[in-house]
Amino acid sequence: MTDAAFDVVVIGAGHNGLACASYLARGGRKVLVLEAADRPGGLAATREFAAGFRVSAAAHLLTMLDAGVARDLGLEGHGLEFAARNLKTVALADNGERVVFEDGAIGGVSAKDQAAFAEFRRQNRRFAKVLAGFCSRPSPRLVDRRKSDTLALARLAWDVRSLGRADMRELLRVGAINIYDVAQEKFESALLKAAVSMDAVLGSHMGPRSPNTVYSYLHRHMNDDAGAAGPAVVKGGMGALGEAFAAAAEAAGAEVRYGSRAVRIDLSEPSSNEACRAAGVTLADGTRIETGLVVSNADLKTTFRMVGPLNLDAGFVRRVHSFRARGVTAKLHLALDGLPEFHGGDAGDAGARLLLASSMDDIESAFDHAKYGRFSPVPVMEISIPTVYDASLAPDGKQVLSALVQYAPYDLKEGWDAGRETFKAICLQRLEAVAPGIGESVRASELLTPPDLEAEFGVRGGHWHHGEIALDQALFTRPVPGANRYATPVRGLYLCGASSHPGGGILGLAGRNAARAVLAGEDSG
Amino acid sequence: MKKYDAIVIGAGHNGLCNAAYLAKSGLDVLVLERNPYIGGASVTRELHPGWKYTNCSYVCSLLRPEISRDLELARHGLQVIPYHGGVTFTRDGDHFGNYPDAERVYREIARHSLRDANAHDRFETDVMKQTRLIRKFLMSTPPDPTSLRPRDLRGLLEFASAFTEMGEEGLLDTIRFWTMSIGDFLDEYFETDVIKAHMSGSGIIGTALGVYSPGTAYVLLHHYMGEVDGSIGAWGFARGGMGSVADALAASFQSFGGEIVCDADVHRVIVERGRVRGVALANGREYRANVVVSNLDPKRTFLQCFDAGDLPAEVVRRARNFKIRGSSGKLNIALDGLPTFNGIAPESPLMRNDMHCIDSLERLERAYDDWKAGTWSEDPYIDMLIPTTVDPSMAPPGKHMMTIFVQYCPPTLASGPWTPEARDAFGQTVIDQVAEHSPNFKDLILDCEVRTPHELEDEVGLTEGNIFHGELTFDQLLFNRPFPGCAQYRGPLRGFYLCGSGTHPGGGVMAAPGANAAREILMDLKRPDVIPASYPDD
Repeated sequence: MTDAAFDVVVIGAGHNGLACASYLARGGRKVLVLEAADRPGGLAATREFAAGFRVSAAAHLLTMLDAGVARDLGLEGHGLEFAARNLKTVALADNGERVVFEDGAIGGVSAKDQAAFAEFRRQNRRFAKVLAGFCSRPSPRLVDRRKSDTLALARLAWDVRSLGRADMRELLRVGAINIYDVAQEKFESALLKAAVSMDAVLGSHMGPRSPNTVYSYLHRHMNDDAGAAGPAVVKGGMGALGEAFAAAAEAAGAEVRYGSRAVRIDLSEPSSNEACRAAGVTLADGTRIETGLVVSNADLKTTFRMVGPLNLDAGFVRRVHSFRARGVTAKLHLALDGLPEFHGGDAGDAGARLLLASSMDDIESAFDHAKYGRFSPVPVMEISIPTVYDASLAPDGKQVLSALVQYAPYDLKEGWDAGRETFKAICLQRLEAVAPGIGESVRASELLTPPDLEAEFGVRGGHWHHGEIALDQALFTRPVPGANRYATPVRGLYLCGASSHPGGGILGLAGRNAARAVLAGEDSG
Repeated sequence: MKKYDAIVIGAGHNGLCNAAYLAKSGLDVLVLERNPYIGGASVTRELHPGWKYTNCSYVCSLLRPEISRDLELARHGLQVIPYHGGVTFTRDGDHFGNYPDAERVYREIARHSLRDANAHDRFETDVMKQTRLIRKFLMSTPPDPTSLRPRDLRGLLEFASAFTEMGEEGLLDTIRFWTMSIGDFLDEYFETDVIKAHMSGSGIIGTALGVYSPGTAYVLLHHYMGEVDGSIGAWGFARGGMGSVADALAASFQSFGGEIVCDADVHRVIVERGRVRGVALANGREYRANVVVSNLDPKRTFLQCFDAGDLPAEVVRRARNFKIRGSSGKLNIALDGLPTFNGIAPESPLMRNDMHCIDSLERLERAYDDWKAGTWSEDPYIDMLIPTTVDPSMAPPGKHMMTIFVQYCPPTLASGPWTPEARDAFGQTVIDQVAEHSPNFKDLILDCEVRTPHELEDEVGLTEGNIFHGELTFDQLLFNRPFPGCAQYRGPLRGFYLCGSGTHPGGGVMAAPGANAAREILMDLKRPDVIPASYPDD
């Protein structure tokens, strides 16, 4: 043990790192959070991309934040404000057709589809509730069980059984398959199917036909039952959420140090009968901070790069290496002279969450290109215009459009230096088709590709969820066996980021669960 | 009118196996077959004078040894000749030979990549671990996880304990293996394109999924879990073609007093007061029995053999939604002599194995994209064999017979239904691909039978031409196969059962579904269980 000034050092002040720091500080630990940037939040960031125009750099709508975490940390008391809540979602087809999701109801489709969607939503909320319960705790050990693990498994079994036979059968049937087949079974409208599929594939290297996409749909809708009826816009951009998390951590007694880039996790000399253990963190400027416990909010690959492969078991290094974390989502930011008008829509559309994908086959064929390292010639998008609700993000009368664009593969064959402008032009052309005239009102634009996100936020592969949310990298096995319960093979080193269970999206659960594991002194055995 | 104890619809290998066990237990059993010949997809026919075409299934491995021994198939004429390994030709004129000999395969992989050679053992060990796990469950009825009956709870417990025996990390690896794609799985071991391409074929054969679709690692297992003469994972030729499997099963069935009627097209299952009473043929003839077993796929069974009003609406809905999705075609070719292939000698052991022409996962994935778009793959994955190199009985002396399995080929084209012209164009695509690697191949072709999913459906009765009677995706495996509520071989009506590949453990000439269904039927009839238990592996 060291006589260090801090009990725990958290690497990275992303929302999970800060949540973890808060819970640890409340648990009586002396906590230091090290952040490379000069502001908190990690991927939850607000960015000025053109003079006077600001936008949420990565995630732009808040859909999943865990209510328990928000309450525990008192985020609203620490400055979190919503410019708008419960946004409606509008799916726009190229032919002007639209489907509107508002307050759990759906418009623009046949009565049969309305009924089918209501039933689909009802059933998914029940499934999501089971999933949310499971995600709010560390995943239990399956074989070398302790009492708490057996209890957790029993609870899971009970939750699943409580669904009743029909729902349980349906969950076991569709849980591991693709959203394409499920949507085909249930709905008629191509646009409705496309909109449902978008929720299943956003942020992931999958198309609607990829098995596992029902699971990613459920993941995204995990907190639906807990009151998150629709996406919300954070006042001041997502960076304000990061600041609220930081304020909460500091109020709990943690110290947050900005401009402090951790580059190495120092280990103690292994004694003959003990595995190596964490002893401190070295910063880019050479400063060494001693501590007995290190919690990393960095993604899996970055974390173990800081440990060094030679200090790890070869099998474990192989697992880390194989963890799939290549991003496919780019971010498009436009500074606009005025509000765009979307064809076939009404004035309210500009404030909605807009989905641009006409059919599942369109999304699938957009995805097909990404498989071979090409960007989609007809990309699909999720669009938000935050300035409709929060004028502070742009100069007077001006607007900001923020779009998640798929698919833009991390390892683009031609390289992003060569491809960036072409892809940006493709995106603008796509927007022009649904919002005629938008091109003329663009004053400035920016495209953040996965490599940009990697460079800017230090996430290897530029993946939004720090790693693909697919069943082989989710639930019990996330991120990899040996590090799937926050503790890692390096004693005293824990993970608390989105690489860990339950994964990405601004949830805060990985941070909270990790803090519990640290406080309980869990090890990876 | 004579009343039978049981009627089995369809004389495929599962129907015959099921019938054989029912007859063995002393029941009076009738098998009805639509075609003038038996075998279903396990069939060999002389379609070109002098050449025997095994024109659907073409190699043998999965046939459960418990059944083979118990029904004395060897005595009834079945002989399986093992073969190991295969070869994949590359576009640059080289190849990767998966030799039967471990030392040689190490040297061969090392020729491409030393790193891959060193990973190969780890790969084989890991796959074998998963294989051994699943094999335990092939000869048993999957427990229903939603049920609280003691039998299901006991089954679930057995299931859980087999899994926990693998240890914490082993179990997590199993979860990963069952849910990941074959491409991602191989990426964890190998770096060389051709080696990955060679190993991945088994993950997509018969399935409308691509090499990067999650769940395909499990499909790989489906092709690894067989054995020939106790050698797990080995494949073999049935002497005289795959028809000998069906012929041996039929002979075994008849030795127990069973009766087979061909040219008997079942039109409808007769239902009276909520239970089955027999079947009516298309020609009006009726056969009566209180037990009716269908060897047909679930869609054909429930949507074509019943009056919709006789079935619960839920079952009709589930049968409609059941995913069949044909994805394979087949070429059977009579050859004037043995073709030569670039880079390998005619006497090479590789000539006796399966041969492939796709050398990268990207090409494989693109082949799948074509299927999604509703066309046959322009650059298809093929699994090609020349059985006559091992079994000369299939062709006249000095001549050869070649079988080419083709992935992917859609059940209907985006442009409309299959036409003879489209079928020929599809066949030509395949022939051109082979000719790329075999200079004299085209000159040797005497006759070529091209089968698209359309022909497989038409002649064999496989809906959409799916060789497994339904996709091997998670919604249709184990306790979900074919669909929840029908997954223990029992149909929705009293006296009605399923025994085809649409039930657990699925397709391949395995005969396990037929045997498992027989066990359930005998249990319901309160007769002694005559089905052999699963052999332990070791």
